[in-house]
Amino acid sequence: MHTIERNGDGGGEHQQYLTFRLGQETFAMPILSIKEILEYPTLTNVPLMAACVRGVLNLRGSVVPVVDLAVRFGREPGQQTRRTCVVIIEVQADGEWMDVGVVVDGVNQVIDIPASEIEPPPSFGARLRADFIKGMGKVDGGFVVILDCGQVLSVHEIAELGVANTRAA
Amino acid sequence: MDLNPALQTFIAECQELLTQMEESLLQLENDSGNRDLLDAVFRAAHTIKGSAGLFGFDPIVRFTHQVETLLDRLRDGELVLSSALSALLLRCGDHIGALILPITTDAPLADDLINADAALSAELAAIGTTDAAAGTDVAADLWSISLRFGPEVLRNGMDPLSFIRYLSTLGELVEVQTRYDRLPSFTEIDPEACYLDFDIRLRSDADRATIDGVFDFVRDDCEILIQPPTSHTEQVLERIAEFPANHTLLGEILVASTALTPAQLDAGLAAQQAATDVPGSAPPLGEILVAGGTVAPVVVDAALDRQQQLRQQKSQDNRLIRVDADKLDQLITLVGELVIAGSGIHAGAQRAGLSDIVESAATLARLVEEVRDSALGLRMVQIGPTFQRFQRVVRDVSREIGKDIELEISGGDTELDKTVVERIGDPLMHLVRNAMDHGIEPTEQRLAAGKTARARVGLHAYHDSGSIVIEVSDDGGGLNTEKIRLKAVERGLLSASATPTTQEINQLIFEPGFSTADAVSNLSGRGVGMDVVRRNIEALRGTIDIDSQPGSGTTVRIRLPLTLAIIDGFLVGLGAARYVLPLDVVVECIELSAADRRAVTDQGFLNIRGEALPVLRLRDAFDLGDHDCRRENIVVVRFGALKAGLVVDELLGELQTVIKPLGKLFSFLQGISGSTILGSGDVALILDVPGLIKRAEAHRSQGLSVA
Repeated sequence: MHTIERNGDGGGEHQQYLTFRLGQETFAMPILSIKEILEYPTLTNVPLMAACVRGVLNLRGSVVPVVDLAVRFGREPGQQTRRTCVVIIEVQADGEWMDVGVVVDGVNQVIDIPASEIEPPPSFGARLRADFIKGMGKVDGGFVVILDCGQVLSVHEIAELGVANTRAA
Repeated sequence: MDLNPALQTFIAECQELLTQMEESLLQLENDSGNRDLLDAVFRAAHTIKGSAGLFGFDPIVRFTHQVETLLDRLRDGELVLSSALSALLLRCGDHIGALILPITTDAPLADDLINADAALSAELAAIGTTDAAAGTDVAADLWSISLRFGPEVLRNGMDPLSFIRYLSTLGELVEVQTRYDRLPSFTEIDPEACYLDFDIRLRSDADRATIDGVFDFVRDDCEILIQPPTSHTEQVLERIAEFPANHTLLGEILVASTALTPAQLDAGLAAQQAATDVPGSAPPLGEILVAGGTVAPVVVDAALDRQQQLRQQKSQDNRLIRVDADKLDQLITLVGELVIAGSGIHAGAQRAGLSDIVESAATLARLVEEVRDSALGLRMVQIGPTFQRFQRVVRDVSREIGKDIELEISGGDTELDKTVVERIGDPLMHLVRNAMDHGIEPTEQRLAAGKTARARVGLHAYHDSGSIVIEVSDDGGGLNTEKIRLKAVERGLLSASATPTTQEINQLIFEPGFSTADAVSNLSGRGVGMDVVRRNIEALRGTIDIDSQPGSGTTVRIRLPLTLAIIDGFLVGLGAARYVLPLDVVVECIELSAADRRAVTDQGFLNIRGEALPVLRLRDAFDLGDHDCRRENIVVVRFGALKAGLVVDELLGELQTVIKPLGKLFSFLQGISGSTILGSGDVALILDVPGLIKRAEAHRSQGLSVA
């Protein structure tokens, strides 16, 4: 039911994934949607937005929103350390590509996961909303969650979260 | 929409051509004999037909062809451009525009479009039948060929008769006259020599090169003069007029338009070359050709005109280029980044105490700012074309409402941001229609008031202290202040005892749903409109005010910022965060005393010089939590008639910044309209004052109802 091809991830047999840490967990995302990785920069807080929106940053002249992945996954916001960084990802909203930054607790490595080594997400039991998971990649005998960036960073959904905030305030 | 680029160009070009066509037609109404204008209309129609044919849009080709036929007859003087005809042509122009639109959506033609097509075609055809009687002179349609065979022709094995016979295969030989002028007396005659000349009249559709080709074998021994029929001359003239822009040599134009064969051109050029050898001036090619009788003078003149035109066009084409707006935006973004990088260097050099580098950095910064200003200038376009569109509107509307109104335009070369130009059209339309419908009195009333019967509506644009002013004026009756006041009292906008100034009363017409018109007309009077106009103008960060003299007219003045990309802002601080207020909403800044701070916290408003000013603490509005700062300041802002105070921590002064949109993720965010990048490279948010106030009001009423 989950197809691997999505949002310009390409459809190659072998895909490369970036693995990163959030708290104690490791996640992966397709490397083709990643534009760059930044050291944790100065962020400008945007009031009245959903809690998962940390703020905006100046990426060479364009203003890019930054999302805290831990909060988006319903966990505690991560503590900022030396290894904390922002991964700039390209996502599609209404046919337009836009950049979104995500805060992660540290990036690990780039790995190859062949399509044959990717299992569909478990129907329940995962500590994550099922539609955030694109698949479970088998790496070194264990599983790593491959994120569906389009869902995780759904611009509409995050914007709507902010509306609730605005009204409540 | 995924149109291929060529198609997009086609659509853009057609729309441009249609605008040109409309403009020329409107000008023709006042200057009906102007041949250039008629030609311009024809060329526009012709080019549209040609390009549409290229893409295979048959409905456009078919329809435009009919229009072109009509125009052609106008050009030939067969028909005279009456106002009815001009109205028909304008409608045809609109129809072509309507035919082009479905291309963008790739939809089939709608039924009403097809009906309109049929109706217009019928009208066009009807014009054809009533005037078809005008026949053309038959004789004028004949080629006249004069052949002087040289004496050697027969000896070389050529039979003059065979050429004439072959000529008859190209068309109908109407007349062949044999001339014996050269025939010597019988005793001197050489039986093997040829002494005969022929004057031939030929009716043929063949072009010059074909007819000329008949005599290829005898050319060396023979003098041949071919005179095209008059209708051919016209065809040639037409071809010259449409000659594509890639060649600009006279000879090339003449050959391509079949006025000349390449051989004749070569001969002409050789003659010119020969003449050049003689010290003195070489005669121009045109003169040589005319003197040799090869080409009619009128053809050469037309070709020379066309040549001139093409050269001008070429230089104009070279001056203008189409650039994708995104590319410009990217350039502006980069330059903005450069400004920030420059100020980083400046700060760094200052810290390190390198005075010469500080100086270089300052020079660099100045240059970069200049580059930024000219980059922003690239987005500026002239308001003229927008104004020109109203010629048509005024013409149509004045007919519809039976008033004689002319449009006066000035300042069409005033430049403003492309986005502003695009969005100013609708508000202007409302204002112009209003002026025509309400502003201008009926003709009898005008005459009674001692004014000219012909009324005037004006559109003027000019620069004024860093902003653009657009005026819509009329010389009508002016606003009826008393009527507006009564209406306002009736609607509860004004208390009966109030004594507002005339200016204040006039501003009331911008209130939603306000109309003093007794009758609702087709055009206006429903009371929507003026408030929409004001909202549109305010969305462009502009202001609108109205000036009215009873009896002598009304002027609506719109003041707009030069560009939407840059704003004059006022920087304030809340803790570490920085916010920008648009400078034009800021009235004053006041430092809050301890007592005032208590008043703000307790009451939510503040006594400023006897006036109760509602106050909004930004820190609370943005849920930023309490911050124990020693000082607080208040910025008094104005939005429409509303005044409010915003409490902030620090006042950091004025700045000019480039606006960056925040993107879709923040589309629901109220109270913040965008962002900007500060000299430090940090992002500051731009406050949307109306949004903030609206939100605070909603919040307050919600709070009250809950309590």
